Amino acid sequence: MSTIQPKVGEPVSEELALVQAAKGGDDSAFEELVKRYDRNVFRIAQHITQNREDAEDVVQDAFLKAYRNLGQFQGQSKFYTWLVRIAVNEALMRLRRRRPERMVSLDEDVKTEEDSVPREVADWSPNPEQQYTQAELRDILGKTIQGLPPTFRTVFVLRDVEGLSTEETAEALDLSIPAVKSRLLRARLQLRDRLSRYFQKRGDGGDGTK
Amino acid sequence: MKCSEFLQELTNYLDGVIDARTKAELEDHLAWCHNCYVVCDTTKKTIEIYRDSQLYELPDDLRGRLRSAIMTKCHAHKKAGPEKA
Repeated sequence: MSTIQPKVGEPVSEELALVQAAKGGDDSAFEELVKRYDRNVFRIAQHITQNREDAEDVVQDAFLKAYRNLGQFQGQSKFYTWLVRIAVNEALMRLRRRRPERMVSLDEDVKTEEDSVPREVADWSPNPEQQYTQAELRDILGKTIQGLPPTFRTVFVLRDVEGLSTEETAEALDLSIPAVKSRLLRARLQLRDRLSRYFQKRGDGGDGTK
Repeated sequence: MKCSEFLQELTNYLDGVIDARTKAELEDHLAWCHNCYVVCDTTKKTIEIYRDSQLYELPDDLRGRLRSAIMTKCHAHKKAGPEKA
């Protein structure tokens, strides 16, 4: 079984040149950085907040905060990792505002009932996504990921959707590497388990026995 | 190797960050344990489906509006001077 191939990012030196120019007052260089990463920030923000308006606000506020604090960016990490860290914090702040009754923390090592133990081991159809229209599929994927605790879906989105490395994810979320790995495993297994009910082969018993 | 041990290594296995010996043990387990094979295969598909889903894409018109709002705020901030931020 082959491994998952990470997405290939833009060359770091080019990014750094844009950051240096933006630091020197070149707003068109900063606008280039916005163009380069606005889609990513929007996706991350909407995954965390699960709210379109909040995600729009997060995009604006995260870039504005990055602009204001460019002087503090030292270049030890990638600009994108630094930006993601700002965006995640903005998104979590909005999520907390909307759901004050529930503490939202990335530190919390959430134990859930369905933790890590796969319950659905039925095999999937060969091309499960083709059973649904694009709109239906997006609806299924959106609903499924919404059900995960914020800490799990944030780690999953950064690692598996945006393609950050484990180290970059740990840095962006201020978590240890083992904490990122443990959340990622549980997020992947829970999503897999939940998607199985849509994607399993018709007529399969669902518990491995047919 | 037990199924629970396999699961603990699943993320490292899918990400390709394990040593050759552990990888061989995992693949030996996969060869005879159908349930773990299915879990591994469908977890991989889960990741690929989300990665390729284009969930929450930023529409072009909204993208343009957001970028122009960001740049307007940046210019205003520059005009006002950093000390007033």
